[in-house]
Amino acid sequence: MPKLEVKRSFLARLIPGLTSLTKRGSAGWMTIMGSVIVLSMVLMTVLGPWLSPYDPTAINVSPPPNPSPPNADFPLGTNLLGQDMLSRVLCGGSIMLQVALLSVLFCFIIGVPIGLLASYAGGIIDKVFTLVMDSFYAFPGLVLAIAIAAMMGRGVVNMALSIAVVYVPSYFRIVRSQVLTIKELPYTEAARATGARGRTILLRYILPNVVPSIAVVATVNFADAILTAAGLTFVGLGVGIDIPDWGWDLTQGRQLLPSGSWWVITFPGIMIVLLALGFTLIGEGLSELLTPRLEQ
Amino acid sequence: MISLPLLEVDSLTVDYRTQRGNIRAVNNVSFTLEKGETLGLVGESGSGKSTLGLSIIRLVPPPGVIVNGHIKIDGTDILNLSKEEMRSIRGKKVALVFQDPMTSLNPVKKVGAHFIELIRTHEPDVGEGEALERAEKALNDVGILPERINAYPHQFSGGMRQRIMIALAIALNPDLVIADEPTTALDVIVQAKTLDLLKSLRDTYGMALILITHDLSIVLERCDKIIVMYAGSVVEYASSVELHRNPRHPYTQGLLQSIPNIELAEQKLEAIPGSPPNMLNPPKGCRFWPRCSHAEKKCRVEEPPIVESSPGHFVRCFMEAAQP
Repeated sequence: MPKLEVKRSFLARLIPGLTSLTKRGSAGWMTIMGSVIVLSMVLMTVLGPWLSPYDPTAINVSPPPNPSPPNADFPLGTNLLGQDMLSRVLCGGSIMLQVALLSVLFCFIIGVPIGLLASYAGGIIDKVFTLVMDSFYAFPGLVLAIAIAAMMGRGVVNMALSIAVVYVPSYFRIVRSQVLTIKELPYTEAARATGARGRTILLRYILPNVVPSIAVVATVNFADAILTAAGLTFVGLGVGIDIPDWGWDLTQGRQLLPSGSWWVITFPGIMIVLLALGFTLIGEGLSELLTPRLEQ
Repeated sequence: MISLPLLEVDSLTVDYRTQRGNIRAVNNVSFTLEKGETLGLVGESGSGKSTLGLSIIRLVPPPGVIVNGHIKIDGTDILNLSKEEMRSIRGKKVALVFQDPMTSLNPVKKVGAHFIELIRTHEPDVGEGEALERAEKALNDVGILPERINAYPHQFSGGMRQRIMIALAIALNPDLVIADEPTTALDVIVQAKTLDLLKSLRDTYGMALILITHDLSIVLERCDKIIVMYAGSVVEYASSVELHRNPRHPYTQGLLQSIPNIELAEQKLEAIPGSPPNMLNPPKGCRFWPRCSHAEKKCRVEEPPIVESSPGHFVRCFMEAAQP
């Protein structure tokens, strides 16, 4: 007698998904490319401490004069403090990734439930939340994040929170628009007609069908969070100089650029751009894949 | 003890309170349905037939409001029930089959999961295994291979999905199934099969069936009683045999004349002239008069009463009311 299949292992689900991605044209490849970039950046950051030839925070590992241009001992050169840029590039993604991950998590925890409940409840609750969320849009994102980070002080969690405040409204909006659509679809009405509770309808019918859209927002949010985190560090609201961070290297490199030391700002800059690009590719690819389009 | 009818709808009135004005979608409708009976509810789009169907399980979508009347199921007026009590009726006592099978199943859930959820909503003690067994039986009843219980909705055709919807409707052995245009989205052959399936299930399980449709021809042969609705009101209510043989209301007559008949090859198909009224501003008097060939002065000012022209045959027309 047939039974509901036991849930397949994560890998078994992943691999057929992967092969089907390659059959979905450019959107599929965009997603794969983005994932490859992001995964290799994550891997590089995790393994960074073991891969780097020098301690990324140790100063004067290279004899003066510093900064010195790329050479045999220091392939990416050194900065003003005589720190090895290769080691800093290898390890410097950690803060940014942590901030991005945490901010996406915060956004998810705050934005999705509020969006679900407010739009499902409708009426005055929905109106109030929409108004509040929309008012966040009135502020330029980076300026708002800087203001909040400045109020809360340094630290990974504080950076993540200040970025989350900026992005929660995007989650709210997308969840709300989806709920408003799905709420009217026959299958939720059919669920109501079979006596399903409001909670069941929300969690089993609406939420799973909203998830694809949330996934797209989350990846775009990742890319933006990376850039915002770099921006926060750049204006001096980062973690601290004792932790290698691409954003901090940008700040240093900006001062050195006029004197011709391009390597201090270029390599960390490329890493930030690559990481953001990776997430953007995933986001764009997913949104193409998950949005049914009319055939031409 | 007198046995109560399964469903008793008494002077039910439903309004849609829109921003542009009040729309009376269902106007003072009364009828009864016995256990195991089949009722056809016929009308054009906007005649209030779907609203009437949905109000029986109190699921009229906002801004719809039931403003007057009673709906009694087994003698209990459901308009007085609490939300929680109402929930226990939906799906268990009265099940609904929707018009569009393509979107009536949750796309992220397997067919089996739909059954598990339905059964456990009403019978929390039932285990997953037993629920699935019942699901297989129900699927078998509608001619879907029980193996396909692990498939997702998108893996089925429209006709199969509608049969799954029907299987879901009968899974808890309800007393009444309301099918709201169950075959409109299906092609003609699948349509006939689906309707025959509903009828044979009704014969097997003895449930009552309300078949809501705009197509009089499909209910004539499959239903015991037929209600013809026009612009929110019942214009004619009779057994299907009587209605077919002796239609009294000009609207019903028009509907019957617009059904093609292969035995009368020479017959020209008649159409009812005009279109249904704007419900925001319905015509005064009889709502059908602008399209009625028998319309008189009286029809334009006064709404005709519903009269019993012969036992069990109700008509809302002055031509009937005038007769002694």
